[in-house]
Amino acid sequence: MLVLVEQSLNGLQFGLLLFLLAAGLTLVFGIMDFVNLAHGSLYMMGAYFAATFVAWTNSFILGILLALGATLLLGIALEFIALRHLYGRDHLDQVLATFGLILFFNDAVRLIWGPAGLSLPLPAWLTVPVQIVPGVFYPAYRLSIIVVALAVAALLYVVVMRTRIGMLIRAGASNREMIGALGINIKLLFTLVFGLGAALAGLAGLMQAPILTVQIGMGENILILAFVIIVIGGIGSIRGAFMAAIFVGMIDTLGRAFLPDLLRMVLSSAAASTAAPALSSMLIYLLMAIVLVVRPEGLFPAAKR
Amino acid sequence: MKSQINVRNVVVALVALGLLLLPLYSALTGNIFILTLFTRIVIFALAAASLNLIMGYGGMMSFGHAAYLGIGGYAVGILAHEGIGSGFIQWPVALAASALYALVIGALSLRTRGVYFIMITLAFAQMAYYIASGLSRYGGDDGLTIYKRSTFGGLIDLSNRVQFYYLCLGCLFGGVYLIWRIINSRFGMVVQGVRSNEQRMQAIGFHANRYRLVCFVISGTMCGLAGALLANNTDFISPAGMYWTRSGELMVMVVFGGMGSLFGPVLGTIVFLLLEEVLSQFTEYWALIMGPLLLLIVLFARGGIMGLLGRLSRG
Repeated sequence: MLVLVEQSLNGLQFGLLLFLLAAGLTLVFGIMDFVNLAHGSLYMMGAYFAATFVAWTNSFILGILLALGATLLLGIALEFIALRHLYGRDHLDQVLATFGLILFFNDAVRLIWGPAGLSLPLPAWLTVPVQIVPGVFYPAYRLSIIVVALAVAALLYVVVMRTRIGMLIRAGASNREMIGALGINIKLLFTLVFGLGAALAGLAGLMQAPILTVQIGMGENILILAFVIIVIGGIGSIRGAFMAAIFVGMIDTLGRAFLPDLLRMVLSSAAASTAAPALSSMLIYLLMAIVLVVRPEGLFPAAKR
Repeated sequence: MKSQINVRNVVVALVALGLLLLPLYSALTGNIFILTLFTRIVIFALAAASLNLIMGYGGMMSFGHAAYLGIGGYAVGILAHEGIGSGFIQWPVALAASALYALVIGALSLRTRGVYFIMITLAFAQMAYYIASGLSRYGGDDGLTIYKRSTFGGLIDLSNRVQFYYLCLGCLFGGVYLIWRIINSRFGMVVQGVRSNEQRMQAIGFHANRYRLVCFVISGTMCGLAGALLANNTDFISPAGMYWTRSGELMVMVVFGGMGSLFGPVLGTIVFLLLEEVLSQFTEYWALIMGPLLLLIVLFARGGIMGLLGRLSRG
């Protein structure tokens, strides 16, 4: 029972991280109609920046704030230099160009930080276990990820649904030409949205960094998961991304935790321990296949453009 | 009638001739490296050509073609591991497995369009990648060494570099010829018609998705053949070879050469892999140059090499 609570929290935490990544991806896609494979690279850069700045400043909080700002700037620069020329192009062109950017970022990181991974040590006050209900302890850091990610999700909701910027973003998603014609600086809006998406990706990367090692290619696997999430949730839909991210995070984590034991009931121990990791990795893709068969537009499709 | 002699056709003919005569050059100069390099290039050219069939002519942007390379390769590797060395068994199994995978994946993926299609083919290929990683009997993540290349009862010796090269080249030319026949057949016309205007084709009475699916399966099977060749070439097969970046590279080769042109992917593969080879000799960080180069090509050189040659031909 305790394990189940703990693993569910882990699943929630992973799902929320995935949401941060998928939200940026789906925002950029919904508004600019732009497929950004390099989103995973921004996630990776967030983690590398955090590891570097925390080591420089000797302060965890200051370091991650700097890293967040750096990722935001990097995203804006990227949009300004290269990506804005790709809006309105074929999705294939966008995929290829941003694939080129992944190659670039991976080698740039290898050149700057070397091929070995970095680690981002946690400050002492984040390593203590917290008692969430009597008798159940949970690492403070993972708990803080949940809190931060939920806060960001709420903030994103308020910004998109309740502010003028959010109104422009939603208007841009439903009719780009029209809001341009109304005198809104659409280029600036796009740059802003892209920067926001980059910062969200960076935040996900730097929060994940203390749990896993910071390494080259760390953004690639998780990017594919983010794609799966926005396909399941419906491309362009933030609400769909949120639901699907939690769902995928739960399935992935719980599958990894409990599938080996479940399989052991029906298979021999050796067969189960080899089949389980592969099967739990596949679960999510199976889920996506089912969703696509039943509802090709995703579970929570954004309004038709 | 339009003159058949123009820059584009001359280049294509010269490249084809060059590929045919390459072993001669290698033998005369004793440069074995170039033969092994081009064996690899020819195999990837076959994979790129198969991808071009659905991307260029069918309008289906598959981001999961590396899966077929893996499936074809694993079919050869697993059978060899289990003591079945005959290519007469290995290769048909490789083709059938690829075709079956393409049939299932295609039937599911073709329910979607556009960017959804790109992503779902990508996700299924990742699924295949994880399955391969889970094959602990066959090396799991570390991959599987193939100790003996496929045998064809003394008909052809795959361990002989020149014979193997010509086998690969034969497969490539055969594949390109097949694609040429397909795109000029009634079936191919329908597939291209569906790419241009699906609704109209439906209205005329064609079952668009069936045509698409058959085209998808043909492409996957052809790429599975490339996978069987590749496994024999490297004597090794591992999940890393079917990672999604490999699918991306295949797309790049097609677009480099010119999507929707018959010989374009072959040129694109030659240029891409030679560039990779040259850049990696020049610097360890070759992707630092290749990445932005790719961005520039997408931005400024539409139609790839074939598009460029076409513009030259028109003067």
